[in-house]
Amino acid sequence: MTRSVLRRLPSRILSASGALLALGAPRAFAAGMPQLDFGNPLTKWQVVWGAVIFAALYLLLSRSALPKVAFVLAERRGRIEADLDAAKLMRDQADAAIDALRRARHDAAAEANAIVDKVVAEARAQAATRNAEMNARLEAQIDAAERDVAESRARALASLPAVASDTAAALVERLLGHPVEQARLSSAVDAVLADRRAA
Amino acid sequence: MAAEHKIDALGQFELHPVFGELGRALHFSNSNLLMVIASALILLLLYVGMSKRAIVPGRLQAAAELLYDFIYNMAHDQIGHEGRRFFPLVFTLFTFILFGNYLGLVPGSFTYTSHIAVTAALALLVFFVGLLTALKVQGVKFFAHFMPEGAPVALAPLLVPIEILSFLSRPVSLSVRLFANMMAGHVMFEMFAAFTIMLGGLHLIGPVLGIGPVVVNMALMALELLVGGLQAYVFAILTCIYLREAVAH
Repeated sequence: MTRSVLRRLPSRILSASGALLALGAPRAFAAGMPQLDFGNPLTKWQVVWGAVIFAALYLLLSRSALPKVAFVLAERRGRIEADLDAAKLMRDQADAAIDALRRARHDAAAEANAIVDKVVAEARAQAATRNAEMNARLEAQIDAAERDVAESRARALASLPAVASDTAAALVERLLGHPVEQARLSSAVDAVLADRRAA
Repeated sequence: MAAEHKIDALGQFELHPVFGELGRALHFSNSNLLMVIASALILLLLYVGMSKRAIVPGRLQAAAELLYDFIYNMAHDQIGHEGRRFFPLVFTLFTFILFGNYLGLVPGSFTYTSHIAVTAALALLVFFVGLLTALKVQGVKFFAHFMPEGAPVALAPLLVPIEILSFLSRPVSLSVRLFANMMAGHVMFEMFAAFTIMLGGLHLIGPVLGIGPVVVNMALMALELLVGGLQAYVFAILTCIYLREAVAH
């Protein structure tokens, strides 16, 4: 087939092709555009081989090479999303821990306040009872002291006429030079005392 | 060549068999060899890059993932939810064209995207995938698209042929755009490189003047790096747009 095609070629193309086919031969000048030289079987055959090569490339790319790239890209996207999810989960956990801590601190503060209030109230109550006790005891002592004083006073007042009559007896004896009758003296003193008391 | 003062700008696009007798018998050309190398590099980038499956990617893995994400987002944004089904096709087209364009910039190699037969085959693949998908998804309603909505019925005899023609011209523009861009760039390379050689034989001043085209070629290389990426992107995004129309209800 090649030979019959070649036989029908114009001589200029034949010579050009012949020169090209000979290995190492200097290149001949192209007669017209080689791209439009459909007399050269290679022009058609390059399309046939090109179709085979393109089909093979397409099959290898679509079945093997491109899915591989897609797999790596999908894997990366999945990994990034998983990392983001994990980070979000951790942040939520940290937030929850901070909330728990804040709540615990708040509770502890409230409890401490309650305890302090209770202790203060207790101390106040204790102080009040102690005060009351002390007051009662002091009042009792004051009462006792007052009673003693009154008693002593009464006793002193009771002994006063005797002392007065004794003093009067001694004064009169000194003045008169002889003792006076006890009964008279006593009545005179009593009368004076009674006058005083009345005044 | 230089001695004859002729510029062989098109010789670089000639196909010749590789691997000696076996290649000749199988009609396996240098164009196909570069396709195999491009495919191997694409697969190597993905397999070696993703072999570690690292959560934090290294350089090669980042490059592979970047390429994947770039095309995936393009397919998903343009075609919508259905885009996932066509993503491997768009990815294969984009990388096959991108690696073809860039491997062609290596001196001494071959640019298979500068062959109209190759780009036309790719464009027809896109065309038929889009057409079959549209017929499967939309059924007979697909043909209603050839009559723009809201247009007066009287204009139908004019509008319908125009719409059909514009639909049919899609694979043509898709293939010619890529082919013409790649070919033009490589012809420019060859022209300016030939200027340098021709100037080199010009008395004493020639070798000094010869620096000029070399500088131009350096700038062209930067431009071609842009064009190579851009054309692959344009091909891929137009594929996505055509497929979006096909899956739209």
